Amino acid sequence: MENVSQDQAKNNQIRWRSAAEQKTYSSKLVEALRHVRRSSPPDNVSSRGRAVREKADKVLAIAAKGRMRWSRAILKKRLKLRLSNHKKAKDRSKLAAAGNSRRKNLKIEVPKKKRLRPLQRRVRVLGRLVPGCRKLSLPNLLEEVTDYIAALEMQVRAMATLTELLTGANAVAGNVAESSNRLEISRQLEHPPQS
Amino acid sequence: MSSRRSRSRQSGGSRISDDQINDLVSKLQQLLAELRHRRSDKASAARVLQETCNYIRSLHKEVDDLSERLSELLETTDVSSAQAAVIRSLLTQ
Repeated sequence: MENVSQDQAKNNQIRWRSAAEQKTYSSKLVEALRHVRRSSPPDNVSSRGRAVREKADKVLAIAAKGRMRWSRAILKKRLKLRLSNHKKAKDRSKLAAAGNSRRKNLKIEVPKKKRLRPLQRRVRVLGRLVPGCRKLSLPNLLEEVTDYIAALEMQVRAMATLTELLTGANAVAGNVAESSNRLEISRQLEHPPQS
Repeated sequence: MSSRRSRSRQSGGSRISDDQINDLVSKLQQLLAELRHRRSDKASAARVLQETCNYIRSLHKEVDDLSERLSELLETTDVSSAQAAVIRSLLTQ
């Protein structure tokens, strides 16, 4: 059973490479990142970076409009994480003990009956790299992979462009105004004086 | 009726034949070559899968790096709503 037909897959590829898609993604990302800053920001660089990464992935998954499994998996994961965090707050030790021990068992367990051939091992590795595609059959996995790669490439292009823009904005702001002036300007922009 | 969930690693229960793998991997090879604008007719199946994995990993790394850079920029830039609007207009030109 295929997710999308061959033609649809081709259209999806074209879509990910279009300038329109990239611009839509970029503006949605900017909007989402603004809200990230408003909510209580964590204090170190790496967790701030991770927060941005999570937002970027979420907006990317939404851009896929539920067409592909990897996108649905990203959104499901975030939901699960939020729910599990809520539970942890209620009953920390119990969940941690049960959840961790169960997870540990699954991870350590190695099937002794046969070793995977190198090719199938690589297929397994590939499946782990694409969200939600761990147990997918090879044909479906390849479908997901090609779409996921195109989406990732767009994400990189969009974020790189955004970075350039913000870097440029910083430079301009620094050249044009002193830091105190800048503060004044941004304060005025946030709260325009009432005349 | 034994539950195979914890032990079975293959989806659908069927073994993947070599022919199937080679056929599908050559498809991926074509698509990958298209994506990366390179002609790689002679790559083995294993090589193609390896390349694909490496490529996805490198894309992930780029996104991580860009995310960190963006988070730094957002801290110092203090993106006000007006600036966000400006950026959005630049992006939609």
